[in-house]
Amino acid sequence: MESCDGISEGKVMANIISDETIEYVGILAKLELSDEEKEQAKHDIGRMLDYVDKLNELDTSGVEPLSHVFPVHNVFREDVVTNGDEREKILANAPEEKDGAFKVPKTVE
Amino acid sequence: MAKQYETVIGLEVHVELATKTKIFCGCSTAFGGAPNTHTCPVCTGMPGSLPVLNKQVVEYAMAVGLATNCQIHQYCKFDRKNYFYPDNPQNYQISQLYLPICHDGGVEIETAAGKKVIGIHEIHMEEDAGKLVHDEWEDCSLVDYNRSGVPLIEIVSEPDMRNADEVIAYLDKLRMIVQYLGASDCKLQEGSMRADVNLSVREVGSEKFGTRTEMKNLNSFKAIARAIDGERARQIELLEEGKPVIQETRRWDDNKEYSYPMRSKEDAHDYRYFPDPDLVPVVISDEWLQAVRDRQPELRTEKLARYKREFDIPDYDAGILTESKRMADIFEETTALCGKPKKVSNWLMGETLRLLKEENMEPDELGFSPAHLAKLIELVEAGTINQTVAKEVFERVFYDNADPEKYVEEHGLKTVNDEGELKRVVEEVIAANPQSVADYKGGKDKALGFLVGQTMKAMKGKANPGAVNKLLKELLG
Ligand SMILES: [Zn+2]
Repeated sequence: MESCDGISEGKVMANIISDETIEYVGILAKLELSDEEKEQAKHDIGRMLDYVDKLNELDTSGVEPLSHVFPVHNVFREDVVTNGDEREKILANAPEEKDGAFKVPKTVE
Repeated sequence: MAKQYETVIGLEVHVELATKTKIFCGCSTAFGGAPNTHTCPVCTGMPGSLPVLNKQVVEYAMAVGLATNCQIHQYCKFDRKNYFYPDNPQNYQISQLYLPICHDGGVEIETAAGKKVIGIHEIHMEEDAGKLVHDEWEDCSLVDYNRSGVPLIEIVSEPDMRNADEVIAYLDKLRMIVQYLGASDCKLQEGSMRADVNLSVREVGSEKFGTRTEMKNLNSFKAIARAIDGERARQIELLEEGKPVIQETRRWDDNKEYSYPMRSKEDAHDYRYFPDPDLVPVVISDEWLQAVRDRQPELRTEKLARYKREFDIPDYDAGILTESKRMADIFEETTALCGKPKKVSNWLMGETLRLLKEENMEPDELGFSPAHLAKLIELVEAGTINQTVAKEVFERVFYDNADPEKYVEEHGLKTVNDEGELKRVVEEVIAANPQSVADYKGGKDKALGFLVGQTMKAMKGKANPGAVNKLLKELLG
């Protein structure tokens, strides 16, 4: 079976994701995964990297790196204040608030 | 023989730009607003909001780059630096990693050891984070996003500095350049200029760099100098004991004069930068670059040279006059009005500095208008008021920006040039002080000074002391 990324499901993956890697990626992404989810994620990430390997087969020497998908540049604002005080609306998104501020668990430097 | 160590220092300097609005939204950057009153969906990282770049930020960054002899990347873009922390509502900071706006520059510094060029690796644009305040009562943290999205440039030096003197000279040079450009007020104490110090030590003669640490929380030139000496000593001690220096971020405690490792935000150094898809690239045309170049004001180094050349001002004085843009502006405008650079310089170097010191004020805070200082100088030159009265009037100019002409008129401070009136008062003084008169005639010159003083007092200071002196001598034969 061919999936949409052109890599067949049954094929043995070239990229094997280790337990340490999945643990590390989980920490970076602030995700807590169950053992089952970790196995699934290892499999998925491995396949993604296989796909990237496939893309890397293309000879791109002499091609400028793409920095944006749209052929647009220089979208600017003038330096003029356009926003007023919308604290009430902004704080409506806060899980908790106190004295006009977002209240969060204690952070230590 | 004990080993000799060399300190290697590089600086990351953050400068808050003087724009009216934030870098990616139309929220005000004004200081002192109540928490979260200068926020919107963009600078609080609400899903679906779109950042739009403030053009002025690009112009300021270019101006600073040109003034520090940098190359400009005419095609530059923004990247996301990913980390989780409550001061960063998007969970990423928009910064520049791959194509920073300026690169490969440098500034010349001067210390007691001579002149030296400190290389600038790059300057990039980025956004500031929010402010966290610890709440003692509930043992929680409170977040204010008013500073979130305030534009910054980060000026990254090469590891070219070797001691605290060079670091201070470099920071001072950057501060002057940025202030003269009007790109920021660069106040360390208020955080509009912040310096992180990367420091390592190595044995003299070694080519290889040692392991470096990064020090944060340095909010005065003095703290920076102490932190450098403290961290150098700490690293040398480790090396002498055969222990490794650990690459880490440390927080300088200026009261304890020691740096402490900051609790590492878990794996915080893996920022997984990638191009920000919300922002399109910035393309700087040759015309735009030239327009910014043409608008560059005269910088301090050029001003210093011109003052010496044009006004024949001594090195030391020219240094003080140009140390603050405000002071230099007052000097030039006043000189243009009265045409007497030396006199203007004297007032600024003398009374102005004295009062600034007395009031613990910075030259940037000077509030009087050049027109009033020019008028005061003209009143003295014309003999309308004497030097003593002028000092009194100057205080009013300094504190209240008073119009000297009006002030002199209203308080009747004009020097009395009426010879009859002066003679009458001098005669009275002579009559009232027979002992001093006798002393003077007996050869005690000091007695004359006393009589001049008495006359000035009787005239309420409104006499020309030279004229009083002359008249007394005449009358006493
Ligand atoms: Zn905003």
